[in-house]
Amino acid sequence: MAKDGGVSCLRRSEMIGIGIGELESPPLDSDQVHVLAVDDSLVDRIVIERLLRITSCKVTAVDSGWRALEFLGLDDDKAAVEFDRLKVDLIITDYCMPGMTGYELLKKIKESTSFKEVPVVIMSSENVMTRIDRCLEEGAEDFLLKPVKLADVKRLRSYLTRDVKVFADGNKRNLTTPPPLPPLSATSSMESSKSTVESPLSMVVDDDALTMSPDVCNFSCGFAD
Amino acid sequence: MVLFVCFEQLSPIFLYNSVSWSTLAMNTTVVAQLQRQFQDYIVSLYQQGFLDSQFSELRKLQDEGSPDFVSEVVSLFFDDCSKLINTMSRSLEQPDNVDFKQLDSGVHQLKGSSSSVGARRVKNVCISFKECCDVQNREGCLRCLQQVDYEYKMLKTKLQDLFNLEQQILQAGGTIPQVDIN
Repeated sequence: MAKDGGVSCLRRSEMIGIGIGELESPPLDSDQVHVLAVDDSLVDRIVIERLLRITSCKVTAVDSGWRALEFLGLDDDKAAVEFDRLKVDLIITDYCMPGMTGYELLKKIKESTSFKEVPVVIMSSENVMTRIDRCLEEGAEDFLLKPVKLADVKRLRSYLTRDVKVFADGNKRNLTTPPPLPPLSATSSMESSKSTVESPLSMVVDDDALTMSPDVCNFSCGFAD
Repeated sequence: MVLFVCFEQLSPIFLYNSVSWSTLAMNTTVVAQLQRQFQDYIVSLYQQGFLDSQFSELRKLQDEGSPDFVSEVVSLFFDDCSKLINTMSRSLEQPDNVDFKQLDSGVHQLKGSSSSVGARRVKNVCISFKECCDVQNREGCLRCLQQVDYEYKMLKTKLQDLFNLEQQILQAGGTIPQVDIN
């Protein structure tokens, strides 16, 4: 991944023509939702960035948990008191990343004073119950199964707008009520197995994809149940 | 001949425009033919399992503001494939010293990005590849590596043909058909 030290992790040559990831971004419109996206995969970063922009979000995409903390000003132990409050309305992060996992990043964000109220959404290519549960217990707002689709991002956007309004009033942000639970149903698909997590508390289950095994991310996540 | 001249007098723009009515008429037919060709081709790619619904999700993200979004994303994906395959090939080189951990990492990345662009066949090979890694089957891994190399190159060619068709449609003044895949 690019080691240019900046938060925009695409090299200039990669950004040309794609029209995303400007290094010098225009000043933030205070009404515009600002999302911090974290994913070690360049392809996934580009897709998620486009998905978010198409739903009118301002996006900062970084390639690691460390860069995310750096961007948020959480990378050292200095008190964030003097730090200009950075406006981040949502953090969306991949789960399996080398170095710091999305789960570890989630924990650090929830431990911080400045950003613990910011909703964090976890993305993962694997539909592992224990993984989902662990993230939700740690305070994740939602869990998206990759590959992420426009409908997933639109759903995030819809409950995010409500949250931002409440927050702007100065009230402590409450978790939005999850949508009504659809009945659990096994779906068979012609394509290779595909499951979607509709809300934190409900799932459409494809028997092939759902695993109850200990959550192991061999190369990077480093822990197992 | 007389008819042709009449049209030109009726429509001043054609006095200055090098495109004649007959050429326009031909263009419309050409566009329709190209559009049909495009439609048939992309449907065949889905039917033959080269692409899955995630590819059509990516197409939804393309618009006038980002007309080359899909081709640029897949181009990055193919670059990714090439790099990862090289790395994995090196990991598999020495029969008594295979770095299965690095291999697993490479396969995971490839599986992820192929899934994100809708490269179905590539993704499916990655699933088998992972299984070979898990049991440390070097021979199996070598076969999968070869297969994944073949599949991504095949897809690259197919998509290049698809994008060329798109360009031809646009150059002929047509619009690219929406193709809904369930």
